[in-house]
Amino acid sequence: MSQMVLEARNLTKRFGGLAAVDTMSLAAAPGEILGLIGPNGAGKTTMFDLLAGSVSPSGGSIHLMGQDITHAPAHRRLSAGMGRTFQIPRPFPELTLLENMMLARQDQTGERFWANFTAPRRVAAEERAARDKAMALLDLVALSRLARDPARILSGGQRKLLELARVMMADPKVVLLDEPAAGVNPALLEVLIARIQTINATGVTFVLIEHNIDMVTRLCHRIIVMAQGSLLFAGKPDEVARNPRVIEAYLGGAAA
Amino acid sequence: MIDLLGYGAFFLSTALIFALITLGLNLQWGLTGLFNVGISGFVAIGAYASAILTTPATPDRIGGFGWPILLGWAAAALLTAAAAAFTGYATLRLKSDYLAITTFGVAVVVQLVALNAQVLTGGPFGVAFIPRPFAAVQADPVLFNFANLAVIAAVTGATFLALQRLSRSPWGRVLRALREDERAAIALGKSARSYRIQAFAVGGAVMGLAGAVQAHFIGFIAPDNYLPTLTFQVWAMLMVGGSGSNRGAVMGAIVVWAIWVGSGSLTSAIVPGDWQARAASLQIVAIGVMLCLILLWRPQGFFGARRRGA
Repeated sequence: MSQMVLEARNLTKRFGGLAAVDTMSLAAAPGEILGLIGPNGAGKTTMFDLLAGSVSPSGGSIHLMGQDITHAPAHRRLSAGMGRTFQIPRPFPELTLLENMMLARQDQTGERFWANFTAPRRVAAEERAARDKAMALLDLVALSRLARDPARILSGGQRKLLELARVMMADPKVVLLDEPAAGVNPALLEVLIARIQTINATGVTFVLIEHNIDMVTRLCHRIIVMAQGSLLFAGKPDEVARNPRVIEAYLGGAAA
Repeated sequence: MIDLLGYGAFFLSTALIFALITLGLNLQWGLTGLFNVGISGFVAIGAYASAILTTPATPDRIGGFGWPILLGWAAAALLTAAAAAFTGYATLRLKSDYLAITTFGVAVVVQLVALNAQVLTGGPFGVAFIPRPFAAVQADPVLFNFANLAVIAAVTGATFLALQRLSRSPWGRVLRALREDERAAIALGKSARSYRIQAFAVGGAVMGLAGAVQAHFIGFIAPDNYLPTLTFQVWAMLMVGGSGSNRGAVMGAIVVWAIWVGSGSLTSAIVPGDWQARAASLQIVAIGVMLCLILLWRPQGFFGARRRGA
């Protein structure tokens, strides 16, 4: 295949007569932070759901590191190397932060019923390793002091941080971020941006949908603009900001 | 005094069998959030399976396999697990109240089969002469009761320990995650379908085992033993003990069974003979009142830590 880590070709999703996503293509290079923007109704969220596997496409293909995952079920995509976060974060409220984190580890021996009786030592060893990794990642997002508390006590912004740390437990190559800035207070937003950059520096690719233009231009290496289900424009943040068609479609001309 | 000891052992044996059923429900509801209202059906499958496999040959009914008791119990657990797994598979798309209605339907079907499939179950007359453990010492009621109590306590204890290990394991962690947010669990790579079926099967196996143990403890079963009242009792036990806690499931079973038996003997002592049959309903009233009190004062039950509806 190509050297692209994530590549969607001619993705299409029809809901009845309406094509929410219409022959849309997108490719993310290794280590890239790719922004996906567009006016309301442009099909960003559907595109995102297609990539994450929670919606199955009517046409087109998705490749992850050369592997065809077009029809792989959502629960297989994380172990294949692609994780996601949610626009409204979804921690498991009655599980502790540590349990939330450890759950995200892939291919755990102890998640198989009988292994807990036939291979308890191996399960315990894996649990210790997972706990160490979880604590290190919780440290990274400044949540380790709450590790033993149930996730329901977290604020909205902290939940976003937990979700980012949680998905990193699976060592993904690509992470899809669904509006990471939505509902996060400015101070925490700075932490969030810094952490995404830290993780990105280790080679992890990010694809994010975002309405906060300031965040998108600061964070993203490249931006893809969608309108009416298709590609409108792709380029560097400053090119996107100057492009008249983008200004017309996305900003309605107001910023011109 | 001797009588009292024997009765104590008998009471505790019955309560611990209920505890076993409640442990099965705790795995399904307390851990995984599966609203199973068909408990009596799964208990019945286990009871009939073991009874049919171990009883001597009887005319007009399939049987005469003469399996040893322990093998009968194992078969009961496996068969109920299979039936529960199938129920889980058939109801994969159903949530909460719809799942409840369907599982209730399963229990009604099982009970009707027990009542009418005479060739298989003996129909309304049930299955008698189920071999009892320690039948050799039956002449000494105290010894007999205590020997049985020991076996039942061992089965319940072993199941309790196994379920404790599972609840704390990564396997149990996935079940709890599914209870809280299925979609997020799927995004984290967990197959909701597979774990849901597993939870149904494992919980069903425990219920079926309990049914089998009870059948051999009493020595006789009939379709009337597996009415929805049984399901109600077990739910009350889990609510009182604390949903999500194995310890709570055992304690709740003992407390609720004590109230059930206590209110039963109280009404038979103070209500005149003609009214006895009607007064028996007061047992359900007693449990209902206690359930209300618990839900008012300690909605999480004795041992439940979970704050629901948060």
